[in-house]
Amino acid sequence: MTPTISVAELTRRYRDQAALDNLSLTVESGTVTGLLGRNGAGKTTLMRIITGLEFPTDGQVKVFGAAPAENDAVLRRMVFVREEQAYPDFRVGHAIRVASWFYPNWSAELAQRLLADFELPLDRRIRRLSRGMRSAVGIVIGLASRADLTLFDEPYAGLDAVARQLFYDRLLADFAEHPRTIVLSTHLIDEVADLLEHVVVLDHGRAVLDAPADDIRGTGMTVSGPAIAVEEFVAGRPVWHRQRIASRASVVVPGSLDAAAQARARALHLSLEPLSLQQLLVHASGIAEEKVSA
Amino acid sequence: MPGLDEGTPLFVQIAEQLADDIVDGQLAEGTRVPSTNELAAFYRINPATAAKGINMLVDDGVLEKRRGVGMFVALGAREQLLATRRKLFAEQYVDPMVAEASRLGIDRDTLESLIRETSLNNGSRTR
Repeated sequence: MTPTISVAELTRRYRDQAALDNLSLTVESGTVTGLLGRNGAGKTTLMRIITGLEFPTDGQVKVFGAAPAENDAVLRRMVFVREEQAYPDFRVGHAIRVASWFYPNWSAELAQRLLADFELPLDRRIRRLSRGMRSAVGIVIGLASRADLTLFDEPYAGLDAVARQLFYDRLLADFAEHPRTIVLSTHLIDEVADLLEHVVVLDHGRAVLDAPADDIRGTGMTVSGPAIAVEEFVAGRPVWHRQRIASRASVVVPGSLDAAAQARARALHLSLEPLSLQQLLVHASGIAEEKVSA
Repeated sequence: MPGLDEGTPLFVQIAEQLADDIVDGQLAEGTRVPSTNELAAFYRINPATAAKGINMLVDDGVLEKRRGVGMFVALGAREQLLATRRKLFAEQYVDPMVAEASRLGIDRDTLESLIRETSLNNGSRTR
């Protein structure tokens, strides 16, 4: 099957700054992919190029096997929900109606349900909504359009934890019944970790991690305990991060540990803790500096 | 996220929790197990992950697919799971317990009598 998105040797330069640097990746159809990374890593730029809002300096992008820029057949099959999306001076109901005309798979029923879930007033002007409610309008359009490719770029500015959970639940439920390709960019990694089937981590415009979410669990371990025992255990292993306080040490090692290594750790009275996706991202982005306190 | 932890792949955890329910008799042989989408919604995980967990149990012969109806607990599934778990029992439970006991200086006789007392106290609850 053709991947929904395929990006080859993509570079986007702003003056002498490379927002995307020779990036290659694919997004398989029917998956929920997390696009993660620090601010300025290139996530938004990548999404803007995928949705034809911006042109690459170099390289190639294909969506549904064709170039997206100014390609109506491709653009109608995707919806892009942006952080702090700007709307014309519309009322909520107008924005929803306009979206319903544009997207061929639009579900009026789902839109109605989501509008009620998020308690959005149809006759209120969008510019007079709170930030959270404006974000909710984007989420309603993003989900109800049931586009073959749905891109969410930090879709929940101002949304509280309850509303975000509502978003995840509705996204999962509708995705399960109407499978499609979803790309979700977010800083709230631990919140979305379990929703993802695939994870891409960008750093300085490059993909530092591009793997199935199942493979990522267990990509790293924190080993902690008495410093001498920890050092004995990690001797000869690569170490990502080392921390020490008094006689205790905590070390992050890449990879998972086999049964023999786990038994040895137990024998040394060490505690083992797998890295969460969030922690892993910190290490994968290469910003964990070795800190040693006496 | 009801009761899922980091580290172990999610699909393995889904499979283990279904297996627990079968071992405990909550899911009797021949009954329907929750669908992929129901599991995904309950655990708030990707449906593909839930499907992987289900398929793991199908491959092991614990669940069987009935076309157009859903997934069901296979006949003999409970016995099969019990046999597998009994094999792993020493490694997963006894070894760490003995290791911790020796670390604390609990000798073998004390350990044995502790086990006896505990199983007496819990006697009414064992099946």
